[in-house]
Amino acid sequence: MAKTLFDKIWDSHVITDLGNGFVLLHIDRLLLHDLSGARALQEATEKGYAPAQPRLIYGTPDHAISTAPGRTEKTFPPGEPLIRGMRASTKQHGIRLFDIGQDGNGIVHVIGPELGLTLPGTTLICGDSHTCTHGGMGALAFGVGSSELVHALATQTMVQRKPRRFRVSFEGAIPAGVTPKDMILHLIGDVGTAAGTGHAVEYAGSAIRGLPVEGRLTICNLSIEMGARTGMVAPDDTTFAYLHGRDYAPKDALWDRALAHWRTLPSDADAEFDREHTIDMSRVAPQITWGTSPEHVIAVDRLIPDPASGPEDKRAAWTAALQYQGLEPGKPIEGTRVDWVFIGSCTNSRLSDLRAAAAIAKGRRTAPHVHAWIVPGSERVKREAEAEGLDRIFTEAGFEWREPGCSMCIASNGERVPPGQRSVSTSNRNFVGRQGPGARTHLASPAMAAAAAIRGAITDVRKL
Amino acid sequence: MEKFTKVTGVAAPLMRQNVDTDLVIRIERLVSNTGREGLGPYCFEQIRFKADGTENPDCVFNQAPYRGAPIILSADNFGCGSSREGAVWALAGMGVKAVIAPSYGDIFFNNCFQNGVLPVKLPLEEVERLAEETRASPGNARVTVDLENCQVVSPTGRIIPFEVDARRQHALLNGLDDIAQTMTHKDAIAAWQGADKSARPWVWL
Repeated sequence: MAKTLFDKIWDSHVITDLGNGFVLLHIDRLLLHDLSGARALQEATEKGYAPAQPRLIYGTPDHAISTAPGRTEKTFPPGEPLIRGMRASTKQHGIRLFDIGQDGNGIVHVIGPELGLTLPGTTLICGDSHTCTHGGMGALAFGVGSSELVHALATQTMVQRKPRRFRVSFEGAIPAGVTPKDMILHLIGDVGTAAGTGHAVEYAGSAIRGLPVEGRLTICNLSIEMGARTGMVAPDDTTFAYLHGRDYAPKDALWDRALAHWRTLPSDADAEFDREHTIDMSRVAPQITWGTSPEHVIAVDRLIPDPASGPEDKRAAWTAALQYQGLEPGKPIEGTRVDWVFIGSCTNSRLSDLRAAAAIAKGRRTAPHVHAWIVPGSERVKREAEAEGLDRIFTEAGFEWREPGCSMCIASNGERVPPGQRSVSTSNRNFVGRQGPGARTHLASPAMAAAAAIRGAITDVRKL
Repeated sequence: MEKFTKVTGVAAPLMRQNVDTDLVIRIERLVSNTGREGLGPYCFEQIRFKADGTENPDCVFNQAPYRGAPIILSADNFGCGSSREGAVWALAGMGVKAVIAPSYGDIFFNNCFQNGVLPVKLPLEEVERLAEETRASPGNARVTVDLENCQVVSPTGRIIPFEVDARRQHALLNGLDDIAQTMTHKDAIAAWQGADKSARPWVWL
């Protein structure tokens, strides 16, 4: 029977059928961060379980560490016990930890692909909803809660129900100024934040095939913002070229064997999906969110929507969102004054993202009233960016160049947008209070965020 | 795992879509509080309290009939967003035993079953009707969520059946430990891993 990419990975990882639609699924990689991972490891130990396969488990602190230049684990004191606990528990169990300042450290969803820990055809979990990011490598990756993570630590398995299959095809040439972030935000605006619930999404089509791996990771990252269990892209020559030579990728004869396997993974031509959706790329423009849900998104040259003319079941939510955001319906969103710009997060903090932002920043100055931060996704991204001089482009333009971590995307390390202030952010959530209590977030691409920093207002990057 | 069999009590209507887990519990509460206990006071703090820390009287959870309600009624996509299980711990800490909504974020939905909190799926019209019946008789209206019989009893006595996975129902009714259950398959796990090490040696670092 014809199978999808998702079916092939899922079916080959079923250890046993538990009945009633549930299976016991093998997990090939567990990634731990300093909030959920450190806690789960501690809980497993307290329950009397040791990690079943410590060599398949990797850790990195990213959430509760400061990103201030020269930071240590002491810079954000509430995080210090978490980092120290994580060091002790990973050492005790023989789990590799990429510690602060080491090559390999960074945001968990940046380092997995970067180090070649994330491989096509593998199952990967982490106690973090944006684990779907790793699907950009052709892996089956999804976020789990603490209890499920403890279960996986103890057994290297998960009890799971098979999601349905959903294919989204992006067809056509990518218009000028449009980035992977705009593609996925456009999709979420089209289908809504719950469209993917209970589904594994495969992103396909000519526009996806043409994207480099880092762009695919950005697209898969926001799968959870449409409610999907996971998102994935079929591995191809682009994936293999990206992986070749990475730290944990197979080498030599093993590489050849792996490659032969990986080439069998893409969905069969006649495989069936439970749901299909197509995006015509000629309709996609640079996006900006206006409200408090990722589905509250418009093209930057459009007007802020009026709840009165919106769908009846959304009117209350739209009205509340506009009030929280301090915006008036019917006005252009372009020109809205911005106080903060945050370029970073597991969505958009990779080298290609920083290059895109630097291309806008080069030779320009940030508006005097704007605080603009660049937070690289990993130690390696930071070093590579510095090697090509991106840090100097940013600092000369008035941006602050910081250390890697999750930072202001989730504000769990004290780095917040102050109450009532407005931020253009390359992160993934514009929820109420996400970037700090009362903070107003607008999600956008790195180029759009850099343009907002320069103009001091929401700006159509195509006009800069 | 905590058991759940049946709960009868007040249902607090929080009839909005996309209640995300950031709204249920702020992340910094999970940085400073590393246990599962003690999160109840911070549950929904962004809507329960004003910026100056005083109670927001407009919030349903601060209104007399609904304070301490063991059931929450909500609209589509409840618990979307972050995977933080702290959202369920915070709800449980506030005394919530069951949520009734048309749909849920997948990870939150799974997390509920790990903590003895029952997420019931009912069509939006049914949830709205439960909210209307509750509001019609504030302080007196009671809703029952009965997992054994898979039914909700409305304040006016209407019986509304709901569906739940048989496996999850059984685990919740009996408070089963899922790790112990999985451990009964340890030979099958070892066999799968042995075969995989030959088939895909590059995965095994």
